[in-house]
Amino acid sequence: MSLYLYIAAMALTTYLIRVLPLTIFRRPIRSRFLRSFLHYVPYACLSAMTFPAILTSTESVLGGAAALAVAVILAYRGKSLIVVALSSSAAALAVQWMTALFG
Amino acid sequence: MRGSEYRAGVDRGLPVGMGYFSVSFGFGAMAVSQGLGAWDAALISLTNMTSAGQFAGLTVIVAAASLWEMVLTQLIINSRYALMSLALSQRMGQRIGLLPRLLIAFFNTDEIFALAMSRTEPLTLPYMLGLGTLPILGWTGGTLCGGLAGSVLPVSIRGALGVMLYGMFVAIVVPPARQEKPVLAVVILAVVLSCLFSWTPGLKDVSAGISIVICTVAAAAVCAVLFPVADEEAAQ
Repeated sequence: MSLYLYIAAMALTTYLIRVLPLTIFRRPIRSRFLRSFLHYVPYACLSAMTFPAILTSTESVLGGAAALAVAVILAYRGKSLIVVALSSSAAALAVQWMTALFG
Repeated sequence: MRGSEYRAGVDRGLPVGMGYFSVSFGFGAMAVSQGLGAWDAALISLTNMTSAGQFAGLTVIVAAASLWEMVLTQLIINSRYALMSLALSQRMGQRIGLLPRLLIAFFNTDEIFALAMSRTEPLTLPYMLGLGTLPILGWTGGTLCGGLAGSVLPVSIRGALGVMLYGMFVAIVVPPARQEKPVLAVVILAVVLSCLFSWTPGLKDVSAGISIVICTVAAAAVCAVLFPVADEEAAQ
């Protein structure tokens, strides 16, 4: 299937979610369950997409595990988004180079 | 007057635009490492303006899944934007008409939404367009640069650049999980389910997009029942 069909489907769905509540359905959501559900969705999907996929995202599982460990520790200590991201990437690279040298 | 409103928006949008540039650099690098072209990756960013949604969409594209799976994945992962658009809609009031709303909806991201809601003066169309300008440029330009960098770098470095995106997801999730038990519960539940879908025979044959949807819906629904968020009136 064409890549552009995927991109169109993706963009249109995302746009509709954003545009309909701004134009047509403008009443507040009363259901407490629905509001709670929507509040938790980003944390659930980001977590599910990150683990275990991060382990197999680089050349070795060890590199992925190092990237994850560094990211969790730095994020726990409240480091900024960019510092966490760059450090985890650097950790993956460092492990790759070490395994290439000694492995 | 209109010009100064636009410029005020651009000023406020500058830090977000710079942040977006670096985040989307990771997305571009990852997309290229999975076989997409740098310009196609930039097209995805320009037309979608989401991070988690685009990443899940990339997974669906790479798996060559059906278009319905793409629509379902985006519906679930981006559902929270409906809540933001509702709130923004109330905040804008009657001053901003239908046509401008069609335009503003396109770039109502988490960060732009937060900036718009935090403004004390009334929101105007030029201000909103100003807010959106640099984030849109940053998000698209960063993706293109990440994609181009990823195409010329060796495969091993490309993989490590792709890890940036996961690092960013961790940085978004961990601080609130540390402070709020319910968020920690959501994270743990989603990770356990995700492991089941990756490693259990039978479950691991479920396609990538659908398994993300199931993990997300199940974890968020269970925690919405166990730990309902405070009422809006009470929260204000």
